[in-house]
Amino acid sequence: MRPFTYERATSAQDAAAKVAATPGARFIAGGTNLLDLMKLEIETPTHLIDVNGLGMDKIEAIDGGGLRIGALVRNTDLAADARVRKDYGVLTRALVAGASGQLRNKATTAGNLLQRTRCPYFYDVNMPCNKRKPGSGCAAIGGFSRPLGVIGTSDACIATHPSDMAVAMRVLDASVETIRPDGTTRAIPIADFHTLPGQTPHVETALEKGEMIISVAVPKPKGGTHIYRKVRDRASYAFALVSVAAVIGKDGKGAVALGGVAPKPWRVEEADALLPKGSKVVADCLFAGATPREDNAFKLTLAQRTIAAVLAEAKA
Amino acid sequence: MTEGYGAISRRDVLKTSATGAAIAGSLGPGNVAMAQAQTAAPPHAAVSLKINGKATRLELDTRTTLLDALREHVKLTGTKKGCDHGQCGACTVIVNGRRINSCLTLAVMHEGDEVTTIEGLGSPDNLHPMQAAFVEHDGYQCGYCTPGQICSAVAVLEEIRAGVPSHVTADVSKPSPMTTTEMRERMSGNICRCGAYSNIAEAMAQVAGVKA
Ligand SMILES: Cc1cc2nc3c(=O)[nH]c(=O)nc-3n(C[C@H](O)[C@H](O)[C@H](O)COP(=O)(O)OP(=O)(O)OC[C@H]3O[C@@H](n4cnc5c(N)ncnc54)[C@H](O)[C@@H]3O)c2cc1C
Ligand code: SF4
Ligand code: FES
Ligand code: FES
Repeated sequence: MRPFTYERATSAQDAAAKVAATPGARFIAGGTNLLDLMKLEIETPTHLIDVNGLGMDKIEAIDGGGLRIGALVRNTDLAADARVRKDYGVLTRALVAGASGQLRNKATTAGNLLQRTRCPYFYDVNMPCNKRKPGSGCAAIGGFSRPLGVIGTSDACIATHPSDMAVAMRVLDASVETIRPDGTTRAIPIADFHTLPGQTPHVETALEKGEMIISVAVPKPKGGTHIYRKVRDRASYAFALVSVAAVIGKDGKGAVALGGVAPKPWRVEEADALLPKGSKVVADCLFAGATPREDNAFKLTLAQRTIAAVLAEAKA
Repeated sequence: MTEGYGAISRRDVLKTSATGAAIAGSLGPGNVAMAQAQTAAPPHAAVSLKINGKATRLELDTRTTLLDALREHVKLTGTKKGCDHGQCGACTVIVNGRRINSCLTLAVMHEGDEVTTIEGLGSPDNLHPMQAAFVEHDGYQCGYCTPGQICSAVAVLEEIRAGVPSHVTADVSKPSPMTTTEMRERMSGNICRCGAYSNIAEAMAQVAGVKA
């Protein structure tokens, strides 16, 4: 790990301003992704601003319905919140399907959204990777691509976004609330928060330099059956090969998003309306224009079958 | 250790080889890093922790993880380093009542925190019920993952009692039941190379007072 200086933030705006003004400065929350990558020198910050003490660890009701989830709410606390369990079951289910109990106790709402890909070549500093080292190439294309993306990818990067929580947030139409270094705030719809790689796979979100997440808002409950189905190589403590988040009403209509297949939580709004027509039509719509590789083409079949299982569960 | 090795412990052997490595380092490329360290000292910071009930103040290189602080600075070597990347659970300790991976957190981020390690749970003559149950059920072979397993197991029972849901909870709107299925799922962050899992599950079931 490279040496760095450390300070505790005194306010969100101060932290944002400092990250913008100090070269090499980064926020640190739970640290479970950043420190992992710093040990491998994939991330090399020279100054860390600890945002844990800012009191952004509360979940508050929004007037008119919905919840405002502080950026520093731990994954465990979000999953265990009585309101979330009752009205946003898909979020609880996605959270407890991710990582381990120890990690969820540290991982934060903001950090989870911003965790970086698990592409094996991103982690191997000896291999070319456009995301880690822009312009160096992509070892995954033509390499071992089984865990990687099948849609939304580019000829520069085929990595997936590894978060489970983000897939549930996408199906719930959450918005990411931020503060910028000049003190202005904005709300970014989750649909626009993560960006597609194109020719700049090192750019992963709509956040500007120094912009800090202060909370994530979920609108008033959608009702319906909440399901998060994650398929992985072992029953627990593994990233998704494919995951399906869905909220489905009694009439069979609802919303669906996929994890494990794309550089961001994958939702195509037109597919929602097709839910009553069954998994084949839904999957065809979600995967229109997909560019699978030999190693990961199975994800298309697997996703369709997982959608079928989810639809069956919603009916049961 | 067998008698033939006399009084030399495994730790002494490790110390000797570490010295050997340091000498070799001064002749090889290692001396570059040493020279750099001498010219510009890496940033340090102070942190006060309460470790197993004892107030402890440390002056640390900011890069020091809680795990390295415990093992290398406080000399509490019960907590183990397996992967150093959050993947194995060997480093699990309890901070302010919650289990975490001590390898993926910086010591300086824990100002004022209460840390409980395996040494703080019980002592050889006064074992914590979970430690005693692990002994009774052979919840280990080599023992390397055991301190992490035990810290995790103690916290898991608390998590179920506190109503934290899990991946195997059928209805997340209700409290999770105290079952071995729940315990097994919640222990998935602790890997055991020796495969002592079923015995660990038995030990936990005994402490929880349920049928294994
Ligand atoms: C072994 C292992 C298994 C895992 N399995 C899964 C899994 O199955 N599913 C899953 O979803 N995840 C999994 N994870 C990932 C885990 O969920 C993330 O590491 C965690 O959510 C990151 O949150 P954090 O608070 O620790 O982030 P940090 O490491 O503190 O930060 C991550 C990034 O976010 C930035 N950041 C943090 N807070 C803010 C803020 N408020 N505003 C702006 N930027 C900010 C940091 O600068 C950093 O770039 C796993 C991790 C490990 C180590
Ligand atoms: S897929 Fe993306 S992250 Fe993986 S090697 Fe290629 S550029 Fe890097
Ligand atoms: S050493 Fe911390 S999880 Fe492996
Ligand atoms: S007892 Fe050997 S690794 Fe678990």
